[in-house]
Amino acid sequence: MWIEPNERIVNQVQILDESGSIIGTNPDIPDEDLIALYKWMVQARTFDQRALKLQRQGRIGTYAPMIGQEAAQIGSAYALEKRDWIYPSYREVAASLVHGVSMSNFFLYTMGNLQGGSSASVTNVFPVQIIIGAQCLHAVGGAWASKYNSENSVSVAYIGDGGTSQGDFHEALNFAGVYKLPVVFFVQNNQWAISVPRSKQTASDTIAQKAAAYGISGIQVDGNDVLAVYSTMKEALERAREGKPVLIEAVTYRQGPHTTADDPTKYRQNEEVEAWLDKDPLKRMKAFLLDRNLWNEELDQQEFEIANEKVSKAFEKASSSPTSKTSEVFDLVYEQKPKQLIEQQNSIVTEGALK
Amino acid sequence: MTKMTMIEAINFTLQKEMERDNRVICLGEDIGKNGGVFRATDGLQALFGEKRVVDTPIAESAIVGTAVGMAARGLRPVAEIQFLGFIYEAMDQMAAQASRIRFRSAGTLTAPMVVRSPFGGGVRTPELHSDSLEGLFLHSPGMKVVMPSSPYDAKGLLAASIRDNDPVLFLEPMKLYRAFKEEVPEEDYLLEIGKANVLKEGEDLTVITYGPTVPLVKTVVEQFEKQEGLSIEIIDLRTIAPLDEDTIIASVQKTGRAVIVHEAVKTGGPGAEISALINEKALFHLSAPIIRVTGFDTPYPVPSVEDDWLPNAARISQGIHEVLSH
Repeated sequence: MWIEPNERIVNQVQILDESGSIIGTNPDIPDEDLIALYKWMVQARTFDQRALKLQRQGRIGTYAPMIGQEAAQIGSAYALEKRDWIYPSYREVAASLVHGVSMSNFFLYTMGNLQGGSSASVTNVFPVQIIIGAQCLHAVGGAWASKYNSENSVSVAYIGDGGTSQGDFHEALNFAGVYKLPVVFFVQNNQWAISVPRSKQTASDTIAQKAAAYGISGIQVDGNDVLAVYSTMKEALERAREGKPVLIEAVTYRQGPHTTADDPTKYRQNEEVEAWLDKDPLKRMKAFLLDRNLWNEELDQQEFEIANEKVSKAFEKASSSPTSKTSEVFDLVYEQKPKQLIEQQNSIVTEGALK
Repeated sequence: MTKMTMIEAINFTLQKEMERDNRVICLGEDIGKNGGVFRATDGLQALFGEKRVVDTPIAESAIVGTAVGMAARGLRPVAEIQFLGFIYEAMDQMAAQASRIRFRSAGTLTAPMVVRSPFGGGVRTPELHSDSLEGLFLHSPGMKVVMPSSPYDAKGLLAASIRDNDPVLFLEPMKLYRAFKEEVPEEDYLLEIGKANVLKEGEDLTVITYGPTVPLVKTVVEQFEKQEGLSIEIIDLRTIAPLDEDTIIASVQKTGRAVIVHEAVKTGGPGAEISALINEKALFHLSAPIIRVTGFDTPYPVPSVEDDWLPNAARISQGIHEVLSH
């Protein structure tokens, strides 16, 4: 019997519609968590918008905005236990903050400080990965170590729709399936890989259906619906802890540019962006909370002010942190510096070429 | 003491290291039940189980990439790449991931892992089974590159590599796997990574080599000394990253002449680096240009011509003659 292309029907998990009304199963989530999820989204968006401004002012380096993806990142990271690990790409600031990376540390990263990736072993968030898809294998290896040592810790690889085209993505899902590892592949399908649309990454109707080929579980969720993402991730983590790896496709939208060095007006229509703004993740969660009388406009305004203040403090802290010195690069290559590196390190002092 | 071939020494060392440290696990293609295509891991799965000796799907990037992930979380994986020519598939995970995790995390994460791989020619293989690609990793800061030339060295260097806290590419000359036996102590010993071995002292010329060409260089030098009444020093580098500068420079300062022998292609190869090093640090001790006897700048050729392509006895002799003619 032929397997016909895209014959598998994938139903997207949704709980909130665009207006914030419940359309799916009402999730059993305590009010304090509902509020916390929204507060994290406010915090993440505030950070994101400030980072964009700071880059324009030349105060931080290249930054990859995640505006529009708050629900996907926060809903998923909020579901984790502290002992779980995140293996992020460069657009995962929201998920990283929820799991314990400080905003000042993330600022350090964007400022090109050598200490930008230094919180990994404390926060259980791997350093930012630049090579598309490479972190999927590290997550699998981490999950493998966790299983070997019975740590009951799930590893979560965060990637985008573009990342699913990489060989490492395939190899990672394949290994995860073969060894039954506690790993979740969380794909944020934000519709664009720089300038290339999702339709040109894969002929699959959905990314979630790719799970079938690896003998692992897959699911598609509305990535702008924080409740759907959170609930789905909770279930995924339960499966993963039992050694059943999961592929999640969170359907979302990159509202901003790929990075601060990118101009999306060159390759996509404004109408498309406008249509996705109607599906904004913060808007619908706020409407949901207002409807439940868990939130009001005054609290909302206050929350943005608090978030702003925290970002300011974090930036001040990062700005007043010691800047990296060229001489330090030699100390981070091997456990013990070989003669060549000692000599090169000394040369920058004696030659006076660099301070 | 027991007489062992190099492959036996490697197998023995893997077993000892796995007994010594529960964090050591082996993974790779056909390494379990089959014991590896060269039998390096023969019997290990029976001893340690499938949890610690893992047959993987055929995916080099995943073998190295998952090893990085394991190592960063406290294991000490020993990954096998079946032939070094296959490591191109894992270049990113080797050069951009394993090598850089310490740097990227400001020293808070490390990748204590070993990637073992057979390399070198002369055994009539299909394409991409005999390539010497060590130079690629000499050019990848963060990676150490180690290669034994004897059973004794294989044991001491492999044990040191597994216990090292940085990623090590451990290259095993497949031509030497079963070429000869020698006495190998069963008890624990380590050979320092980054330290060359002066195999034989001499006064008139230094031959610098490593791995698969070491026994050949020894034979050629022996004949040469007998015929010409000369005294030639042989350095077996054992490690090319980091290079043992002190041993190389001290030797060349003494002899004033150097020939570098390796199977890797000439341009941009380890020999180029060693030659540049000598120029920087011992130029005024030189009595003659430094000569490299290496593979040619072509893809590794087909078996019918590989003996002429490789640095064979005739080409090494010619190189030595040339340096002595000045």
